[in-house]
Amino acid sequence: MKQLLILSGKGGTGKTTIASAFIKLAKAKVYADCDVDAPNLHLVMNQSAEAKRSNYYGLPKAVINPKLCVQCDLCLQNCRFDAIQVGLDYQVDDYACEGCGVCESICPVGAIFSKPVLTGELMLYLDDAIFSTAQLRMGSGNSGMLVTEVKKQMRTAAITDHDLAIIDGSPGIGCPVIASISGVDMVLIVAEPSVSGISDMERIIKTAAKFQTRTAICINKFDTNIENTVIIESFCQKFNLPFAGRIPFDPDVVKAINRGQSIVDMDCEAGRATKNIFDKTIKILFQESLG
Amino acid sequence: MKIAVLSGKGGTGKTLISVNLAASAKESIYIDCDVEEPNGHLFFKPENIQSEEISIKVPTVDEKLCNGCRKCIDFCKFNALAYIINKPKVFNEVCHSCGGCVLFCPEKALSEKEIIIGEIQSGISENVAVLTGILNAGEKSGIPIIKKLLKDTHENKFTFIDCPPGSACIVMDSIKDADYCILVAEPTLFGVHNLNMVYELVKLFNKPHGAVLNKCMEGENPSEKFCLEKDIKIIGKIPFEQELGTLNSKALVLVRQNNKYRDMFSSLLQIVTKEVQI
Amino acid sequence: MKIAIPVNDKSMEASVCDSFGRTPYYLIYDTESNESVFLDNSAVASQGGAGIKAAQTVVDNKVNALLTPRCGENAAEVIKAANIQLYKTINDSLKDNIDAFNEGKLSLLEEIHAGFHGHGGR
Repeated sequence: MKQLLILSGKGGTGKTTIASAFIKLAKAKVYADCDVDAPNLHLVMNQSAEAKRSNYYGLPKAVINPKLCVQCDLCLQNCRFDAIQVGLDYQVDDYACEGCGVCESICPVGAIFSKPVLTGELMLYLDDAIFSTAQLRMGSGNSGMLVTEVKKQMRTAAITDHDLAIIDGSPGIGCPVIASISGVDMVLIVAEPSVSGISDMERIIKTAAKFQTRTAICINKFDTNIENTVIIESFCQKFNLPFAGRIPFDPDVVKAINRGQSIVDMDCEAGRATKNIFDKTIKILFQESLG
Repeated sequence: MKIAVLSGKGGTGKTLISVNLAASAKESIYIDCDVEEPNGHLFFKPENIQSEEISIKVPTVDEKLCNGCRKCIDFCKFNALAYIINKPKVFNEVCHSCGGCVLFCPEKALSEKEIIIGEIQSGISENVAVLTGILNAGEKSGIPIIKKLLKDTHENKFTFIDCPPGSACIVMDSIKDADYCILVAEPTLFGVHNLNMVYELVKLFNKPHGAVLNKCMEGENPSEKFCLEKDIKIIGKIPFEQELGTLNSKALVLVRQNNKYRDMFSSLLQIVTKEVQI
Repeated sequence: MKIAIPVNDKSMEASVCDSFGRTPYYLIYDTESNESVFLDNSAVASQGGAGIKAAQTVVDNKVNALLTPRCGENAAEVIKAANIQLYKTINDSLKDNIDAFNEGKLSLLEEIHAGFHGHGGR
């Protein structure tokens, strides 16, 4: 099964819009949303069945038993994360605690223990297609691990052989993106022709290059700044990165999304451009590997 | 007064709004807490830049003192230490700087050293003091940089905090001390979903808040509907305009280019000021 | 020679696991005595640094070579520091890989991927 990952550097470039169009065009039977901080793909995929939900627990965090605590203050003095709060009792701030275990070890009366904390929820839709997604609980770290779980859930559910899986990636360049890239066959970067969009794109290309993953670029809303579009295209040429195409700004995109549709469900300019990019991307993806 | 600008996702116009509000005030501080992808400085192009390196502490081993008890390796919840051929090895990039291994080493063979993870650049752009946090590529946690950034604020000046996207703990650190939170939303179903996330966050912290609807077009605006349902005050609407988009994509500060936008953000700033004083 | 291989199950018929750090088990195999031992990977549930912890297990079992499809940079650093040879597996069959190793047909693993650093969105 070939895995195609769609990434963007920063959010808001149209990653999910393009991923949902690709899923429709490919009639993909396997797909996932790895943007666990702000998953959106489920809003346009019209799942008919309810999702199978499972809890995701992160690293255990500290809890203080007030009955045993002698208020010696050692935990407070040794916590590097300002996670110990003193009111009537000594308490742990779940959001600040990183679960390092220092307070638990230093407590002279054994009043502190660790307990796993619910940090997110995994969702798996199994109607006519396999759709794996998750939502990180507010204020939780560890989204990289949850991304890995989303992809694992997708692969495990895809028991019969499918040609293609489409993955909507996470924004940024950090850990969740690295977890998204690991193991995929190709990355399609959705760039935006703005000064900040270009700087984000360059950072994400560097990250993908570390994994030696095949990478192609497309530009969304290219007509909002032609000069920058040309800069991105010559950048691709210079570094020998396949360029998959341009998508114009199109008010119909917002209309489609607000109806819970993908942009290829209606006849519009952006939809047609996306179709061309899709054809090109699939060709690159299924090309025999050169190396 | 500290005003945090946040949105569930990048690309909604957080930087646009915080940059232009800061530029509208007579004297202000703009803090870019999006340390992974700081973009505000691209708009302000600050001058007289001074940098300050930000470091964290990681352990270092005195091999002569180590007796191979492996307590440090067993203690570390993050697996940042390994024991190879009779000596411990530290993996700096995995370390959370909790200090536990140093604290519990019975032979005092471990001590701490500082390593640089990024920097804070401060500069001046006309009426705005611009503070930018930059996390070095490959480093994982920008929290130490954000903590330091937020220390440099003045009570009597307008301070605008451009938060990182999302609702993760890094955002919580950015809004903890804010007097007011501006939630930026796009007019799509995606926008509503993301707005809901940051709305939950400001509710949790009990922060006074209002929404700015960005990229408004004719027709239905699901984010506006959401604000009405949840009784979130809409303090401003920014239209979707070719001109605005072009200026913004060229990384220009709108209020410094055009009187129309100067008026738009000045009145938004007045509304925010009023809201904070309530 | 003692070799280690990440495996999906505790049996000689099991397949080689794709992930070194997060594999459920390791096979420790002695090429002279044909003796095989399966170990649980205690790093599988780690939030971060799984590769380092997994590599520690391999090092502590005093193996001479590690056969794996992929390896992260931190794990590779531990393995190399302990003077253990790192080979790339040819397919997911345990038997094929052990045979290829014995015949000297395996090549060294050279592509080392960047770590995940397990920190999530912090």
